[in-house]
This record gives sequence, structure tokens and C-alpha cells, in this order.
Amino acid sequence: MTMNILTPPEAIPDTRHVCYHCGEDCRDEVLHSDAHDFCCEGCMTVYGLLKDSDLCQYYAIEGAQGISPDSSFYKGKYDHLDLPEVYGSMIEFTDGRLTTVYWYLPKMHCSSCIWLLEHLYRLNPAVRSSVVNFPEKKVRITFNATALRLSELAALLTGIGYEPYLSMDDLSGKKANKWNRTRLYKIGIAGFAFGNIMMLSFPEYFHLGQNTSDQNLRTLFGALNLALSLPVLFYCAADFYKSAWSALKGRYLNIDAPIALALSCVFLISLYQLATQTGPGYLDSFAGAVFFMLVGRYFQDKTYAGVSFDRDYKSYFPIAISILDNGQETRKPITDLQKGDRMLVRNEELIPADAVLQSPVAMIDYSFVSGESQPIERRKGDTIYAGGKQKGTAIELEVLRETSQSYLTQLWNDEAFTHEKDDANKSLAARINRYFSLTVLGIAAVTFLIWFFVFKNPETAFLAFTTTLLVACPCALLLSSTFTNGNLLSVFSRNRFYPKNAHSIERLAQINAVVFDKTGTITLPDDAEINFTGAPSTREELVMTKSLVGQSSHPLSRLLAKHLADVPASRRVLSGFSEISGKGMMAQWGLRTVKAGSASWVGANAAENPEQQSSRVYVAIDDIVKGYFTIRSKYRPELPETLATLRKAGIRTYLLSGDRPTDLDVLNPLFGQNALLLFNQKPEQKLDFVRDLQQKGSHVLMVGDGLNDAGALRQSDVGLAVSDDINNFSPSCDAIVEGSQLSLLPGYISLARSGQRIIRQSFAISLIYNILGLSFAVTGHLSPVIAAILMPVSSITIVAFTTLASNAAAKRYLKN
Amino acid sequence: MSALYLLIIASLLVALGFLGAFIWSVRKGHYDDDYTPSVRILLDDSEKNTAN
Repeated sequence: MTMNILTPPEAIPDTRHVCYHCGEDCRDEVLHSDAHDFCCEGCMTVYGLLKDSDLCQYYAIEGAQGISPDSSFYKGKYDHLDLPEVYGSMIEFTDGRLTTVYWYLPKMHCSSCIWLLEHLYRLNPAVRSSVVNFPEKKVRITFNATALRLSELAALLTGIGYEPYLSMDDLSGKKANKWNRTRLYKIGIAGFAFGNIMMLSFPEYFHLGQNTSDQNLRTLFGALNLALSLPVLFYCAADFYKSAWSALKGRYLNIDAPIALALSCVFLISLYQLATQTGPGYLDSFAGAVFFMLVGRYFQDKTYAGVSFDRDYKSYFPIAISILDNGQETRKPITDLQKGDRMLVRNEELIPADAVLQSPVAMIDYSFVSGESQPIERRKGDTIYAGGKQKGTAIELEVLRETSQSYLTQLWNDEAFTHEKDDANKSLAARINRYFSLTVLGIAAVTFLIWFFVFKNPETAFLAFTTTLLVACPCALLLSSTFTNGNLLSVFSRNRFYPKNAHSIERLAQINAVVFDKTGTITLPDDAEINFTGAPSTREELVMTKSLVGQSSHPLSRLLAKHLADVPASRRVLSGFSEISGKGMMAQWGLRTVKAGSASWVGANAAENPEQQSSRVYVAIDDIVKGYFTIRSKYRPELPETLATLRKAGIRTYLLSGDRPTDLDVLNPLFGQNALLLFNQKPEQKLDFVRDLQQKGSHVLMVGDGLNDAGALRQSDVGLAVSDDINNFSPSCDAIVEGSQLSLLPGYISLARSGQRIIRQSFAISLIYNILGLSFAVTGHLSPVIAAILMPVSSITIVAFTTLASNAAAKRYLKN
Repeated sequence: MSALYLLIIASLLVALGFLGAFIWSVRKGHYDDDYTPSVRILLDDSEKNTAN
């Protein structure tokens, strides 16, 4: 593999300019203001804005790195926010004057962002307060609605680089509440009850208070314990009962069923003992078990604030689009789009509904939908499907179908989207637990019957029965999987791999086939491998080329400009720039003419590029063809090693691409001899391919990035979305990984597998405890006190073991 | 013995007080964001322009 040798050499340090605002190298042109360098007008504008409001302290905060504002912003972009129906669903609270919004700002990334966003009031006095929630990347802004319109607030945020993320989800009123406060209440109450019941049970532990004068106290303590345990039973433990009941209704046993049974037994027996004054009951163990299990689940079900797993197409589409009504431009919510509406779609905007093109020419980038990396040229009268992005000048379209009816959104009607992945029966702990709890119930019943009928000793019979259930309580088993998976979740997220939940980890351990998408997944999204073929260029010619392509927003031009990073550019010398969509561009450089674009545009012989294996940009100066740049996708450098490791581990690898079959010479050796490489795959074909593999008995991990993979991600056992910015877009999936971390994929799988091993080992440990305890319990020798102590001790051992073992495994597989 | 009843009621009331404080803090959103406040407190709010 010789992927890197063709990239340009590092720029010489003393000519390198770093943007004062965003910290990026100035690649196109260097602007100066107040003795600072800036890479673009946007950064300089933000700097000026901050300086005017005396907010330059922002740059003094350690690690400060500003954001270059979105260049596609135009005046009126947020006008739809002032429409009454949109306004109503956007705001959190209003009293007519003071209004609160709670917006998601995905670009928030460092502590200086917190500082800047909480000083919004200095940029605009109508903002009363702004409070940041950094883990969720949200800001709650209270502002005076009579002095500042909502659209102006959104424009203000966009102006300093923090474009609010407003999607159709906000309009449909779906508000995901990730942080569940109820869970904290339950833990708090269970902990409170557990502690107090333990304290009130102390006399019983040490066999105090045997004389008659203490009998009143004993009754009081019993009553208090019962009172304390009632909220635990009816409030804290309610989820166990609910989930067990719904599983039973569905005719299967889940992990909560034996827990609910054990909890009921312990509670009823305690109630019986207290009522008949035959004993103190086991309410301490009851409350303790509930408390520990809730804490375990809290770990296991931890959510990543700011990372969203359940996105559908609605999250990707903008809220509103510009509509032309008798030549008048207005904003209209996408949900209100109707057949026949004329839309105006600007550069880089997503086309929200199937439509017919009215402008002469459009360049549509379907990479979001199909994975095809090259924009396609469309002409007047062509149908353009929803999900495409316009590249270049603004175009007019006539809506053909409403958004919800469009071709793209049909994918969500596939049955893969209608049912949840069935986890209940697959979980390892649940499978073992089913046998385990049946065995324990059997032993307890047999013990009871023998004591009752053979030895005619009902009292010992009840004692042995309850202690058996208590000692062998499946809680320890539950704890082992919740704490192992909970710890693995945090280890994974430290390595920037975010599984959705514990079930995703368990399914990851079963994987034996990995399917990769190409564009954006194994290729680098904003980088390319660029070669120049032709006569060697002089420095001046390079400067001319760079200056020319720097004027264009065409993706190939952007890549070229990036490639020529060490060449200075000056647009001041350039005049008479013109660009013809789909062909190329030309300009005057002093007295000379510079042209860049397709072969026919510059007058080169097009037959030299028959196979379309890669894109070419020809350059001509004064009508003399100088040569061409070959632009091919650049693969992630660590890809060969990742694939080799996966295959060595016995995992089959596949490639499914929506793109044309390019780079076969590079990809074939990477994926091995018998690998299947499929190209030109439609989203439904990808889904079917995954389904097919599953029917042949494979457990499939799908690695993808765009909407075009959404179906396959959903159908696969584990859908892994690759994202270079985890807070940005990722389709509905089971796990999200940062692009640069994809090389660790084999390590992630190994770690998930060792997680399953650790769960089995801790089952073995708790089994030893159980056998020890049971052998005493069935003989009736185990006093409830010892049982009550044994249970937390075994729980703590297991929690400690799983934590240490999974950390050791993480060290081994992920090297940190 | 009667002192014991009083003590037990007192201890339960104290414990209930703490439980109430916990629930109050959860309700007020103290546990919603466990990161930002730790950064916020370290950011100065001075009027002076220190960057230039």
C-alpha cells in the first residue's frame, strides 16, 4: 500500500499561517486583522463580533478553538421560525415576553464554547440568560421575545459558528427524555429504606432483646420495617414486576421473572413471620437486593447525552424550505409541502421531497442516499428524488410528492423498521438464569417437602425454604451481567465507541461476519488521493490553478484546493471568473487564460479516460492542455490491518457499496480472495443482502455511515454507524464509532467476547457461594443473619471481580 | 425504654430529611448535568480584554 506518498509535503513552518479564530491552517488565503491571521472571512467576522462585545477573553481560555461559521448561511434562512405553528413547537416556555428555548448546538466542543455561549447577553442585550448543558450539547436561552425574534436568535448563534440543530423531529413534538430522573428517585428511596431497615434489624442480628419487656420494641421494629419496605415493593421494584409480567404475557421468561418471583417470596414470607410473630422477616435483604439491582441497572442503562441512536429520515431533513410564490420567496415548513409547490434549493441544501427540476441544470450529490460519491448532473424536467443535495447555484424545483410519500422515506416502511430487535431471549444472563432459577426453585421445594413431611418440622421447613431462596437469589447473577456490561460500556466510550446498550454488546460478541459500506465508511470523507499527470508545472502555473479552483464550491475544486495547500493563492489577480455547471470554469490571470474542468471543456482528448475509474480535472493555460489531476477516494490508512485482523479471527468480510466499481485493484487484495465485493447497491439491496446472510446463519455486523445504509444497519445484528463527528449525523443504529477509531474494531469485538466470558466466570463464582450457602440452608442450619450477610458479600465480590476482569481485558485488547 | 422510642422517631425523621433533600436536588435538576458546572466555575467573568 502506497497511500500516503502522493500527498503534498508539509508546508514550510515559517510560511505557515494558523487561523487565530478556528486554529486551522490557512489554506486558501491569509487575511489579517489586528496582527492576527485568519483563514476566511467568516472567522474574521466572528473575531470582529467578539472584539466589539469585548469577548476576546474567549481566545485566552485554554484549548479555545473557534468555529468557522457556516458559509451557506443566507439572510432569511430562519424566517420560518417566526411562523406561529413552528414558533409554538420550538419554544419551551413563554409568558408573552420572556421566552425560553432549549436548543441543541452540535458544534459545541470545548470549555471556551461554554464561556462564549453563556455570554450571549453581551452580543445581544435581549438575551437574558443562557445556560449550557455541555454533555448534551444543549443551551437553554431565555430572551425577550419582544426585542429579539426567534429567527434573529438562531441567526445570532449561526453567526458565531453555533448553528442550532433544528429538525422535523422538533416539529412533530417528539422530545426524547434521555435522563430519567425517576430512576434516581427509586435508587434514593431504596437506599434510604435499605439503610434504615438494616439499622432497625440490628437487635435481631445479635439476638438481643429476648426478654419480655423488649417484646413491644420488637413489634414496633417489625412494623417500622414493614412500613419502610412498602415503598420499595410498590415503587422501587415496580419495574421488575412490570417487565416480568409483560414477558409472561408474551409467553417467555425474561431475566426479571425469577427476580420478581424471589422478591415476592421473600416479601410474603417476611409478612407471614411478622404477622404471626414467628420471626423478624427478611425485609433488609429485600430492600438491599432492590437497591443493588437498581444501581446495577443504572450503570448498565447509562445513556450518552448528545449521542442519538434512533434517528430516521426526519432528523436529517431541514424544518423548512424556501418556496417561490409568484416570484415572492417565503419559508414553508416541510410538513406543509404540497404537490405543485415551487421550491428554491440553495447550495448544499437537502432536497426534501421528490420534485421536478425547473432550472436548466443542477448538480445533485446523492452520496447521502446512495453512497455514490460523485455529484450527478440533472437537466430541466428531470425528476430529482428527496435526499439529494444541490451543489452550486440555487435551483428551482416543483414538488411531485409530499415528503412522507417520497421514494427515500419508503425505506422506513420495510418490516425491519417495524419491530424491535428481540433481545430478551438472547441475553446470556437470561438464558443461564432460566435454568438456574428453575433449579433453585426445585431445590427449595424439595427441601421444604422433606422437612415438612419426612421430619414433620414445619418451622424448619419454612426457614430452610426461605433461606434457600434468599441465598440462591438470582440477583447475584443479574449483577454480574449488569456490572460487566456497564463497565464495558464506559470502557468502550472512553475509546470513542458508543454501543447503544448492554444488549448491543452481547450481540457484538456473537458477530462472525462484517459488512462494510464504502463511501464515508472506509474512505476518508474530506480527503482524496490526488495525482497530477502531465508536464511539470511551474510555480506560477500552480498558483494560477489554485486561485482558479479556490473560487469554486464544486467538491472536486475543494479537494484540489486542499491538495495544493502549500501553494499560495491570490484572487486579486484573477478576473473574469465564470463557471459552467457540469463542465468547468475559466478566468483571466493577467493576460493569460486559465481553464479547469472536464476534458471537453479544456479541449483535451477525452478518450484517454475511458473507464471512469476515477475523476479527472484537466487544466489548460492559454488553451494549452497542461495535464490533469486524477482524484480518487482515499482509504482509511489503517484499513488493511483492520481487515487482516478480522479475517485472522475467523470473521468474514464483505463490501457493499452504492458507488460505481472503482478502485478494484486496491480493494480486492484488502478483502481477500474469496471476499464478496458488491457495487451499485441500492439501499433495499443492502438490506436484503444482510438479511440473506442472516438466514444462512451468520451474525452480521454492518458498518455504514449514511442514510443509504439505514436499512442494512437496522436489519443487521449490530448496526455500527461511522461518524467523524459523533454529534453530527448518524442513522438509526446500535452503536456509533468515531471514524479514526474504526481500526480498533477487532479489539472491540474481542472485548465484547471476553465480556461474555467474564459473565460466565462470575456465574461460577456465585455458584460456589450458592452451593456453600445452600448446603447449610437445606439442612436448616443457616441462620437468616448469615444469609443476609452472605448475600451482599457475594454481590460485592462479583461486582469487584467483573470490574477488575473487564478492565484487564480492556487493557489487553485496546491497549489503554 | 421510652427514650428509645423518641430516639428512633428522631433518627427516622433525620433520615427522612436527607431523603427529602436528595429528592429535592434531583427535582431541581442537580443531577441533569454533572459536567458543565465544574467547568463554569473555573471560567472568569472579568471585563478586561486579556487576549490582545
